[in-house]
Amino acid sequence: MENALGESQTIVLLGGSSDIGRAIVASLMTPSTRTVVLASRRPGDTPAGELERPGVKVDVVPFEACHAGDHDDFVRLLAERHGDLDVVIVAFGQLVDQAELDADPERAATLVQVNFTGAVSVSLAVAAQFRRQGHGRLIVLSSVAGERVRRANFVYGASKAGLDGFAQGLGDALTGSGASVLVVRPGFVHSKMTQGMEAAPFATTPAAVADATVKALRRGRRTVWVPATLRPIFSMFRHLPGPVWRRLPLG
Amino acid sequence: MTLSGWGRTAPSVADVVVASSRDVEALAAIVKDLPARGGITRGLGRSYGDPAQNGGGVVIRLADRVQDVVVDDAAGNATVPAGISIDELLGVLVPRGFFVPVSPGTRFVTIGGAIASDIHGKNHHVDGSFGNHVQRMSLLLADGTVAQLSPADRPELFWATVGGMGLTGIILDATIRLLRVETSRCAVDTTRARDLDDLMAMMDDGDRYFRYSVAWVDLLAKGTRLGRGVLARGEHATADQLAPRDVVDPLRYEPHRVAAVPPFVPPPGVLNHVSLAAFNEVWYHKAPRRRIAQIVSIPAYFHPLDSIGSWNRLYGRRGFLQYQFAVPFGAEAAMRTVVERLAGSGTPSFLSVLKRFGDANQAPLSFPAPGWTLTLDIPAAAHGLARLLHGLDDVVLGAGGRHYLAKDAHATPEAIRRGYPRLRKWQAVRASVDPAGVWASDLSRRLRLVGN
Repeated sequence: MENALGESQTIVLLGGSSDIGRAIVASLMTPSTRTVVLASRRPGDTPAGELERPGVKVDVVPFEACHAGDHDDFVRLLAERHGDLDVVIVAFGQLVDQAELDADPERAATLVQVNFTGAVSVSLAVAAQFRRQGHGRLIVLSSVAGERVRRANFVYGASKAGLDGFAQGLGDALTGSGASVLVVRPGFVHSKMTQGMEAAPFATTPAAVADATVKALRRGRRTVWVPATLRPIFSMFRHLPGPVWRRLPLG
Repeated sequence: MTLSGWGRTAPSVADVVVASSRDVEALAAIVKDLPARGGITRGLGRSYGDPAQNGGGVVIRLADRVQDVVVDDAAGNATVPAGISIDELLGVLVPRGFFVPVSPGTRFVTIGGAIASDIHGKNHHVDGSFGNHVQRMSLLLADGTVAQLSPADRPELFWATVGGMGLTGIILDATIRLLRVETSRCAVDTTRARDLDDLMAMMDDGDRYFRYSVAWVDLLAKGTRLGRGVLARGEHATADQLAPRDVVDPLRYEPHRVAAVPPFVPPPGVLNHVSLAAFNEVWYHKAPRRRIAQIVSIPAYFHPLDSIGSWNRLYGRRGFLQYQFAVPFGAEAAMRTVVERLAGSGTPSFLSVLKRFGDANQAPLSFPAPGWTLTLDIPAAAHGLARLLHGLDDVVLGAGGRHYLAKDAHATPEAIRRGYPRLRKWQAVRASVDPAGVWASDLSRRLRLVGN
């Protein structure tokens, strides 16, 4: 149960090795935090590491984004084991070079299955749990890439566009249930996922994303852009005529 | 329905059902049908945190009628349905020459809530807390049966219910010992104290001569004025103390609500460091250095904030916390440390209340114990509040102190275990009448009050 200061007792990170996800968990941890669940496809490679604190139990559990059929049981089991889930962060996702996907449509389908389909099914399972407990906060890591999909990573961008729309709709659907959804739209973030890639303008860090996310959560916001300047920029991008958009040197 | 406490923080959604406390069959049916998330009774929602909400479960409200209050003039007691408020009760009692044995800072609490929180008032140093004056009560248990409890009859369950935050069952009604009064006025002595030491010394020396004593402390004053305050001590006025025009009707009781805060207040609220500092300054200086036996009404002395409806809205959308703790006598240094840290942090705090407690009662979860208690309101969005409060918790617990469950909205399960060493005993009594864990609230889950 969250307290009056917005401090969470139980935090669940879906995508337990995500740099951004872990940074958000670290920012959410307070003296009131009792349990952190790191759900990961490879629990063996997901150390508690920097999230280890005295008095906090870090539970690393296996989780397959593609196995939609297991998601409801997975969430129910977490609640059985740890009590009410205060904050759940959907942070898993794949980023694959577009050229590779062009050559391998099946690989593209898998990416969409993880980034979009898997996020949809597990978020719905979490939403059902939130309704059962009468409270809860879901944080969904979207991306500015979904705001206007660009050719350099259009499969990834499309998966995030779908996820973003879904998460907003879910937030609307949960109004009045005691649960809420925060959609996080970071720009380029220096992390394991983007290692070796050329940084885009306004590149940011997992810590900055985490800081902005926690502030937005405490204020009860529904969306947060990181950095905040990307909001007007992408609002402009969104309305650019196609010929102009295609000529922009966005990689 | 979305419910939160008076502080308007950490809301959750529950099904709300309403029944009369006299309709035991209907209530028993409600209890029988409670879902896995259980149920909790809610009075007027004046607890600051989350004890009267139950996310995903059921919240039970008692719709009772003041006509069902039975006053026994000869015995000097009243039998009151649990859903009746002290506000309603005073309307019956005062004109008949009685007063409630213990009144908190607001009239808008129910009798059930008063028992479940074992509330205290300005007379704790003389009369103890509310539970001390409960002669008997009936409690609807998890199995649908009604238990009759008194300090002599099933005393363990009686004292587990006093201060038990509604987690032993639904209190249906109670017989309360009353205080006889000659008039509806109070005779109040007001004294200004220049700093905390001065204030505490005055209270140590003089509280015993008054039935009621409370001090307002300015936590925004620093340096040599640290902990300055206004001490207001009083008695129920006798008829010969009244002005001639009031003698005709010495028991006239007409509480007024002078204003109400509109539903819309700018999101950050209007109580901030600047407005509160100005208010505290005026409050301190408008108090006389010393004034003896001023005659004031019951609401003016006991329930000053009740004259402004929904004043909790002034804190804006993110709400506020009330931090109340007690430390034993001998731990004055800890009290001083807390006041210094609060004043030094620049945390905006409305008039804070300092009170000297008398003896504790037997209830394992009753808050008052011999020593000092300080109460302060803080906007929940105040910068650095979480760190400040967790730090203050350590000071309080290190000094052998504790936090008040009816106010708590931020403590950890460990803090409550340290502050209430008899929690395990309470849990054992509770489990004996609710083995399946039917009674549950957001508070009980947050603080792990039930189970381990």
